[in-house]
Amino acid sequence: MSSLTSYLLVSALLFSIGLAGALTRRNAILVLIGIELMLNAANLNFLAFWRYGPNPAALTGVMFAIFSISIAAAEAAVGLGIILAAHRHFKTTDVNQMNALKG
Amino acid sequence: MTVSFFILAALTIAGTVAAMSLRNLVHCILALTLGFAGLAALYLQLGAQFVGFTQILVYVGAVAILAMFAIMMTQRAGAVAQPASSSSRTRGWITGGMTAGAVFAVLAWAIHASAALPQTLPPQALPSQPDAGVRAIGNALMHGFVLPLEIMGLLLTAALIGAVLVAMQEKQEMP
Repeated sequence: MSSLTSYLLVSALLFSIGLAGALTRRNAILVLIGIELMLNAANLNFLAFWRYGPNPAALTGVMFAIFSISIAAAEAAVGLGIILAAHRHFKTTDVNQMNALKG
Repeated sequence: MTVSFFILAALTIAGTVAAMSLRNLVHCILALTLGFAGLAALYLQLGAQFVGFTQILVYVGAVAILAMFAIMMTQRAGAVAQPASSSSRTRGWITGGMTAGAVFAVLAWAIHASAALPQTLPPQALPSQPDAGVRAIGNALMHGFVLPLEIMGLLLTAALIGAVLVAMQEKQEMP
């Protein structure tokens, strides 16, 4: 088993953990954290393929990871803002009780 | 394939599993910082110093603290999630866990069966440590990746304004 394969396996495991968390947790903040974990798994894949790819001098994987981290940070800020606004309206962060679009 | 890789991978997986399974939300976020720190160490082991330290700054320093603030503002301190009806809760856990397990099985099968991946890489075939220092990354950002960098700045500005607008207190309606 090469190093690339083991990095990819860790990344797949991380993605599955994030998916399981996003599907099973009831708190909206933890659902958002699960989505962040899935994005992190993708970042690990970018870096592993960059490191073990044929042309690591091109730095493409590093650039992808940097931009992906920036997008994830923006997504976390906007997502938590939406959750706070929804909490002010519904008085809960349980996704099962937020079941109406109209206020 | 070293011992440190296994230690760091186990740390990352343990931290994220704890973050997704603990009952107390504050404990979840603390376990999450452990998982993010382990992931940053994995990035460092891959030779991407800048991305590793960015991960520590952005995720351990900003995202986890932001989530902690959100939890503190939406929960009473030390509150645990209210137990729902136990049968629907177990059903939810089983369904979600089985879906995630199926996704992992497909991914692991694809990784092992893929012909594109070198299955047994001899040690001398490993690419030498590439130059991924801050100078090289800065040169790449200022030459080949200028347009994505500018778009990213625009996106972050829009996200900043949008987050403030969304979370701002709604105006009292006029009677």
